[in-house]
Amino acid sequence: MAERRLILLAAALAAACAIFLTWGARGNWDFVLAFRGAKLAALLVVAASIAVSTVLFQTIAGNRILTPSIMGFDALFVLFQTVLVFALGGFGVAQLSQEWRFGMEFVLLLGSAVLLFGTLLGSARYDIHRTVLTGIIFGVLFNSLTVFMQRMIDPNDFAVVQMNSFARFNSVETSLLGVSSVLCCAGLVAAWRFRHRLDVIALGRDHAISLGIDHRRAVLTILMIVALLVSVSTALAGPVTFFGLLVSALAHLSMKTYRHAVLLPAAALIAGIVLVAGQTVTERILALSTPLSVAVEFLGGLVFLILILKGTQR
Amino acid sequence: MKIAAGAALLALAAASLFVGVIEIGPAALFGDPEALRVMAVSRLPRTLAALLTGASTAVAGVIMQMIARNRFVEPMTTGTGQSAALGILLVTLFMPAAPLVVQMTVASLTALAGSTLFLLIVRRLPVTQPLLVPLVGLVYGAVIGAGVTFVAYQADLLQYIGVWMNGEFSGVLLGRYELLWVSGATALVAYLVADQFSIAGLGRDVSVSLGLNYGLLVAAGLFMLSVIIAFNVVTVGMIPFVGLVVPNIASRLIGDNLRSTLPWIATAGGGLVLACDIIGRIVRHPYEIPVGTIFGVVGAVIFLWLLYARKPAHG
Repeated sequence: MAERRLILLAAALAAACAIFLTWGARGNWDFVLAFRGAKLAALLVVAASIAVSTVLFQTIAGNRILTPSIMGFDALFVLFQTVLVFALGGFGVAQLSQEWRFGMEFVLLLGSAVLLFGTLLGSARYDIHRTVLTGIIFGVLFNSLTVFMQRMIDPNDFAVVQMNSFARFNSVETSLLGVSSVLCCAGLVAAWRFRHRLDVIALGRDHAISLGIDHRRAVLTILMIVALLVSVSTALAGPVTFFGLLVSALAHLSMKTYRHAVLLPAAALIAGIVLVAGQTVTERILALSTPLSVAVEFLGGLVFLILILKGTQR
Repeated sequence: MKIAAGAALLALAAASLFVGVIEIGPAALFGDPEALRVMAVSRLPRTLAALLTGASTAVAGVIMQMIARNRFVEPMTTGTGQSAALGILLVTLFMPAAPLVVQMTVASLTALAGSTLFLLIVRRLPVTQPLLVPLVGLVYGAVIGAGVTFVAYQADLLQYIGVWMNGEFSGVLLGRYELLWVSGATALVAYLVADQFSIAGLGRDVSVSLGLNYGLLVAAGLFMLSVIIAFNVVTVGMIPFVGLVVPNIASRLIGDNLRSTLPWIATAGGGLVLACDIIGRIVRHPYEIPVGTIFGVVGAVIFLWLLYARKPAHG
């Protein structure tokens, strides 16, 4: 049953991709396909990274309203991008190769994510609202610090970081595509190998331990995968607060299962459909008049409110 | 303690008068007409604007905390500020030639609508989960903010949004900040009914049995805080967390009797915003960092401290 729905989703995604590649194309097909293909690949990598990282994070947090971006992960990544420019100067950063720069940002994010959110997640079991609120406030803090740093750096260096501060699906960084798709695939494979253990972890810490899971180690490993995927998506497309929440909620709603072997691919497929179809609509029908990221934030925020309000009614 | 606070505020105000791109020493005030002009046109209005904004925003924060019966809400980030921005954006779009009175009325009304809706949502939340309220509020504000960005993007007015969404005083000049006196006056009116707000903070049942017209008071409170926030957002932009951290610290130090604490809250709010504005003028001299950014950092850190610090035992 769930498998058939997955096949339907995959078919829908394939159709969306085909439409994205061919609709309204004129002129040289080699150029069109290469240009749109790179963009499509980037969108798919972003979609898969956000969806899988969100589902993983929600499972280890044991809560459906927590997502890495709500807890300030991507804001932290953008902050590190800015700090790097601040420390090395725009020239120094420009001299680093894309891969090196990305690697440094990733290592910084990994370290602080494990430190900060490892401790926060421990307390999430006791007081979920305080944890979420803390995450949101951290997000505000990281954002303000980013703006602060951007004002402190040389105006010439500013151009290097300016473009990173908000989500952009129209102009994803295709130059990073190679390295990030490799990293994304690695993250996805790692997450897939964890799928059965994730089912057990979803039962809660105590059950997981009595069923023979090294809970602490598993959570740390998953947190690392999450950090990797968040780095990939933020480096490619910038921060998006509520997109992960939106697709994970849709995946839970449409699959009605707790098996991660179904949930993970479903979330990734739904994210791909939303991003590719949404981008097609904004590019071809709305002629880029409305940024997709804003529409996604609006819808995702509403889903968040509904989830919270529904959760309290029970 | 009163004298110390007054002296600190005066010292801040004096510092604010002499910090800026053009170097002016106290001596220049006697004899240099150009220095006097800079004072009258730029420095003095700016100092007053920071004080008025900070004081009135902090007061609006207390009012909201009393009528929402939750310590962790504040109007600027929980929908009221964003709704005011939405209102002024709609006026700019559909009635660009409207007089100032109409613009401000519309902004105040949308702010009122936004905060009323938030209050209705809050009423549906269980009282046993106090932290749910600020959580819902922040996301509610973010959703309205996304709506504002959406409309602005459609109308190619994104630059205006930047002005309203991040508060700063660098644009304040004589003749361009006077609307803030309306916020100040509204905050003063709130002081006249401070006792009633203190009672409202005890809840509907207590208020009614003490003979208070609870519904009317809540409506009046919503109206006052909407006016304050609308005027502040339109004139200088959003400054997050002022309305949250100042009343909370005041409540920890001197309790919850608004009749005696409201002056302190107003003073501390004005002083804190002014201090952040001065910091913003100094760190990157001769450039400036918006006060909203500085306060975003300072306020977020204080907020986190408030969330995790153990409450002092009330003696």
